[in-house]
Amino acid sequence: MSLAKITSVTGRAVNVPGNDIDTDRIIPARFMKCVTFDGLGEYLFNDVRRQLDGTEKPHPLNEARFKGATILLSGANFGCGSSREHAPQAIAKYGFKAVIAESYAEIFFGNSTTLGLPCASAAREDIARIAAAVEANPQLEVVIDVTNQEVRFGGQKVKATFRESARDALINGRWDAIGELLDGRDAVKVTAAKLPYLVA
Amino acid sequence: MPSAKSLFQKVWDAHTVRTLANGQTQLLIGTHLIHEVTSPQAFGMLRDLGLKVSMPHRTFATVDHIVPTDQLVEPYADPLAQAMMDELRKNCAQFGITFFDRASGKQGIVHIVGPEQGITQPGTTIACGDSHTSTHGAFGAIAFGIGTSQVRDVLATQTMALSALKVRRIEVNGQLRPGVYAKDVILHIIRTLGVNGGTGYAYEYAGSVFDGFTMEQRMTVCNMSIEGGARAGYVNPDETTFAYLQGRPYAPKGAEWDAAVARWKSFASDPDAKYDDVVKIDAVDIAPTVTWGINPGQAIAINENVPHPDTATSVDDKAGIIEALAYMKLPAGEPIKGTKISVAFLGSCTNGRLSDFQEVAKYVKGRKVAAGVKAIAVPGSQIVALQCEKLGLDKILAEAGFEWRAAGCSMCLAMNPDKLVGDQLCASSSNRNFKGRQGSTTGRTILMSPLMVAAAAVTGTVADAREVFSVN
Repeated sequence: MSLAKITSVTGRAVNVPGNDIDTDRIIPARFMKCVTFDGLGEYLFNDVRRQLDGTEKPHPLNEARFKGATILLSGANFGCGSSREHAPQAIAKYGFKAVIAESYAEIFFGNSTTLGLPCASAAREDIARIAAAVEANPQLEVVIDVTNQEVRFGGQKVKATFRESARDALINGRWDAIGELLDGRDAVKVTAAKLPYLVA
Repeated sequence: MPSAKSLFQKVWDAHTVRTLANGQTQLLIGTHLIHEVTSPQAFGMLRDLGLKVSMPHRTFATVDHIVPTDQLVEPYADPLAQAMMDELRKNCAQFGITFFDRASGKQGIVHIVGPEQGITQPGTTIACGDSHTSTHGAFGAIAFGIGTSQVRDVLATQTMALSALKVRRIEVNGQLRPGVYAKDVILHIIRTLGVNGGTGYAYEYAGSVFDGFTMEQRMTVCNMSIEGGARAGYVNPDETTFAYLQGRPYAPKGAEWDAAVARWKSFASDPDAKYDDVVKIDAVDIAPTVTWGINPGQAIAINENVPHPDTATSVDDKAGIIEALAYMKLPAGEPIKGTKISVAFLGSCTNGRLSDFQEVAKYVKGRKVAAGVKAIAVPGSQIVALQCEKLGLDKILAEAGFEWRAAGCSMCLAMNPDKLVGDQLCASSSNRNFKGRQGSTTGRTILMSPLMVAAAAVTGTVADAREVFSVN
C-alpha cells in the first residue's frame, strides 16, 4: 500500500480557541448513527455552529473570511473524551488538512495520524501569534513543515512538534499502519503461540 | 535476577510482536470487543482491502449505544438505529464472530458484558472502539479504547501500532467514609490530577481502598481513567479478581483454571516495580463528589461551593469557569446543594451494575421520586436486569417512581431515544458531562454516584445522600 509522504501542509488557517474541546463537541453523538464516514464534514462542531433550527451561531467556521481554511488552530487537550474516529474524520471531511494545537488527547492524536491528518503541537503564545496574523489577514499562507517541525507564516517562524513516531510515519508515508501490521503476520503467530488464552 | 516490572510492562512485553519502522510497537490484542457504532466502517475497510477477520474466536460483539430501552421489538422506530443493528448482525454472521444479540439474553453495554461473561481476564490485552474500554483494566488487563481504523487493524491482524505508556501508580489508602463510593474516588482523582493529567500514562490503582474494593467498584474507577486523560487504567489481579471470574462462561475450567490463576498472578506488578510517577491519596479526604461544569474534572465535594471566576488560579482556569457556569446556568460561588434537577439517570458502563442498583434500592425503598422529576433506571446488561428482577429491585425502584428500562447505554450519550429536552438538568451516574452529551444541545449534566442520583431524585435537588438517607 503506497501512502503519500506528508512532509508539509500549506494553506489558510482558522482559529477555534478553547481548551479541552471534546470529541462530542467536534461531532455530536447523534451524527454517528451512520455506517460510513461520508457526510460527517457537514456536522463538524455542529452544536456550537448552529441553532436547532439550522440557523448559524457566531463561530469562526461560519465566517466567510475563513471559508476554505485547511489548517485548524486550537488550545490544550484538543479532542478529549470519546475515542470516536468520527471526530478526525469530520475534521478531514470538512476540508482540514492539519491541526495546530497546544496539546492533544491521546486517542484523538492517534486516530488523526492514522488518517494522515498531522496534529502539530505548538506553544500557546506561538498559536496566539499565528491566530493574530490570521485574524489580521485571513488569506495569509500558513506552512506546517512536518519534516523540520516548524510553522511559517507572514515572515515569522515558530516551533511545532510531533511525537517522533508520528512525524516519522507522516514524512515517510507510513501513517496508516495496516500494511506494516499485515507484513508482521508470521511474527504475530509466534507471539500468539506463547499466550494460552488465544488458543482456539 | 530479572528487573522488577509493573503489570503494564509485563503484559506489554508478553504481547509485543515487534518494533515497527516508526518506533511504535506492534502489539497483539488478545481480545477484541466490538459494537454497532464504531465497527461498521471498519468492516467496510476490511472488505475494501479484501481481508478477513484474523481471529474471529477472539472477537466478541454486542449492541449497546443505539438500542432503545423502551422498545424490544425490531424494527426500531429509528431507521438509522435499525440499519446499524442490521449491519452488525450481518458482519458478525459473515465473519463468524460471536454476537451477544438481544435474543441471546446476554446483550448489554460492551464493558459490562465482557467481564460478566468471563471474557475479560488478567494479563491480557483488550481493545474496543470505545474510550471506556479502560473498564476492563479492573481485572489486571491492559485495555485500550481505539478509533475505527484501529478496529480495522485489530480485525485484520489482531494487532495494532502503539507507543508504550508511562505508568503512574495512584494509591488510595485508609478507610472511605460512609456514603463515599468508587465513583467519588475516581471523580476525586480526576479533579485532583486534571482531565489531561493522565496523558501519556496508564494508571495503576492501588492501596488499601482498592484491595478492599469489589470487582464492580474497581470497574467503576478504571472506567473513568480516560476522563483523566489516561489511555488505560488497571488494578492488579488478586483473589477478589479470581473469585469473580470462577465459573463464568468464558473462564477457564478444571485443571486449566489452576494454571490460569498461576499465570494471572505472575502478571501482577512486582513489589519493587519502578513507576514513572506515584500519587498518594488519603481515603478520608474523599467526599461525595459532584461535577459543576462541562468536563469531569470540574468537580467539587457536595458541601463545597461552585467556584467563582474571581478565585481562579490562572487565566485558563478563569475562562474555563466562566464558560462552564454560563453553560450550566449555575450561580458562581454558591452551594451546589439545593440546585433543582429535572432528570435522574441511573445506569451506564460506569454505574449500571447489580451493586449499583442494590445500593440505590436499599435506600429508596419506601421513598418517592420528587414531583416533576423524570427518573430512569437502565441496567447495564440483560443479565444485570435479570439479577435485579430476581431480587425485586426493579419493583422497589418502580414503586419509588423510577422507570425500569431494558439494557443499553441509554442517556449516557443519548444515541437512542433517551434524551434530555431543552436545558434540563440531569443528576447522572454516567461518566461525561460534556456540553450536549445527554442528547440536548443545551442539556446539563451533573455526574455523581448512584446513591447521590437517588438522593437528587427523591428531593428534586442536588443533595447529600448521607443526609437524605441517613447514611452513617
